[in-house]
Amino acid sequence: MKTIEYSRKMKQVEVMGINLLRLITLLTALPVIGVIVFILIRGLPAISWEFLTQMPQDGMRAGGILPAIMGTIYLTVGTAIFSVPLGVAAGIYLAEYASDNPATRLIRIAIINLAGIPSVVYGLFGLGLFVLFLRLGTSILAASLTLSIMTLPVIISTTEEALRSVPNAFRVVSTSLGGTRWQTTWRITLPQAMPGVITGIILGLERAAGETAPILFTGAAFFLPRLPSSPMDATMALPYHIFVISTSVPGMPLQIQYGTVLVLLVFVLGMNLIATLIRNRARARRQW
Amino acid sequence: MVNQTMQSKISVQNLTLVYSDGVESLTDISVEVIANAVNVFFGPAGGGKSSLLRAFNRLNDLADVRHLSGKIWFNGKNILDPDTDVIELRRKIGMVFSRPVPLPLTLWENVAYGLLLAGEKNKSRLDEAVEKALRLAALWDEVKDRLHDPASAISGGQQQRLCLARVLALEPEVILLDEPTSALDPVSTAKIEYSLLELKEKYTIVLVPHNVQQAARVADYAAFFLQGRLMEYGIGKQLFVSPRVKETEDYVTGRFG
Repeated sequence: MKTIEYSRKMKQVEVMGINLLRLITLLTALPVIGVIVFILIRGLPAISWEFLTQMPQDGMRAGGILPAIMGTIYLTVGTAIFSVPLGVAAGIYLAEYASDNPATRLIRIAIINLAGIPSVVYGLFGLGLFVLFLRLGTSILAASLTLSIMTLPVIISTTEEALRSVPNAFRVVSTSLGGTRWQTTWRITLPQAMPGVITGIILGLERAAGETAPILFTGAAFFLPRLPSSPMDATMALPYHIFVISTSVPGMPLQIQYGTVLVLLVFVLGMNLIATLIRNRARARRQW
Repeated sequence: MVNQTMQSKISVQNLTLVYSDGVESLTDISVEVIANAVNVFFGPAGGGKSSLLRAFNRLNDLADVRHLSGKIWFNGKNILDPDTDVIELRRKIGMVFSRPVPLPLTLWENVAYGLLLAGEKNKSRLDEAVEKALRLAALWDEVKDRLHDPASAISGGQQQRLCLARVLALEPEVILLDEPTSALDPVSTAKIEYSLLELKEKYTIVLVPHNVQQAARVADYAAFFLQGRLMEYGIGKQLFVSPRVKETEDYVTGRFG
């Protein structure tokens, strides 16, 4: 009898514990859901075809936010052009080729630390290197390069991680059948790691798309009457535009502010959703 | 000891191998691999059999080897020479591993893999080679209708025969099998063993068996390894019936293992 009594008590404690954990998990998710719901409610009335496709009017107090949307797309694509090939190549090198020695360990530590640097520091670095020293001016090019440096560590480490998670037996088998390291990587390892690599790329670019500080000094414009026509032009961008209309434009209708935030949120969460879908699809099809 | 009229396919001279962590090494091994025969390397785990196999196709290059000395002669060349074309070598000396590892590709792509890597692009030639290899591995009838399914969709026993077919497609001279039946049921094991007896007509087989019974069943020539040393080797039937070394006798009769 005593033991039954005891185990019943244990069970009660267990159930309480699980429910407590459940509650805490729910609490941590609450702010995220809260933010999204709040922005949706406040921002949705502002969204219209005109808002998405027209230039700002009346000192940005009316009209659309097309230049900011296009600018963010340009910057994201520009960042992808530089950071994806470099980041994936470096990830492949570190995972498949680099031997474990002090030099590669130093590189790994550098990459990890690169990911921890505050984004405003990247902004100042970009200003010094790309805008001033390389004389690229405040331009889409300089801003994309700055964002690329910020994105690179994410892409490199997720690529490396994804490749390392591919079972080593595949490499051994491929080698035993006369495969070079290059052939093995291209035919087996990289295709298997691809979902992870793509997830890393999207998460990296997503961060780049939402950042304000790195583009502040390198390519973002307060207001431009027309869309940029070359990579050497400065551009408006959603995150910086939000900063501008929230702090520097008197008499700004709140609705436009929330509308702009909603557009950025959809842009970033959309990328996140794509990454999740790719990962889930690949996981379902994986053979190991 | 070994009948001298038999032609040696691989000749090992004073091979010593030490890994960086010091585990499972080979000490001064000299042994002959006889052509068109089943050569069995057996003994307790950690005896160095796998290491020796992986030296034959230089798969040891992937491992952390601290010391390697001695010679391995194959087709008149010492394959341990730094200028050996290891890619070419691995096409001539194929390997089947203990756990079936189908590459994450289709059945067809698995069998054609080695040829694809070698640059063969002709589809009909590849089809022909795939069919021939699958027939040799006694798998064709079971999978001919689903060659373009993922290789992971077939059973474990079929997967191991697929791994054998994958090696056969390259038309190697030597086939190394490292405990190829250790993960298989008795029926699949029998199929693989039967294949070996057929294959030795054309190929040289080196087998690390997964137990003494298997060694005794298929061995034309047998070598007993203990703690990195070759204790004795000779004609299979003689070695299993009347071993000359006490350790071999103890192991064969099951006194330790």
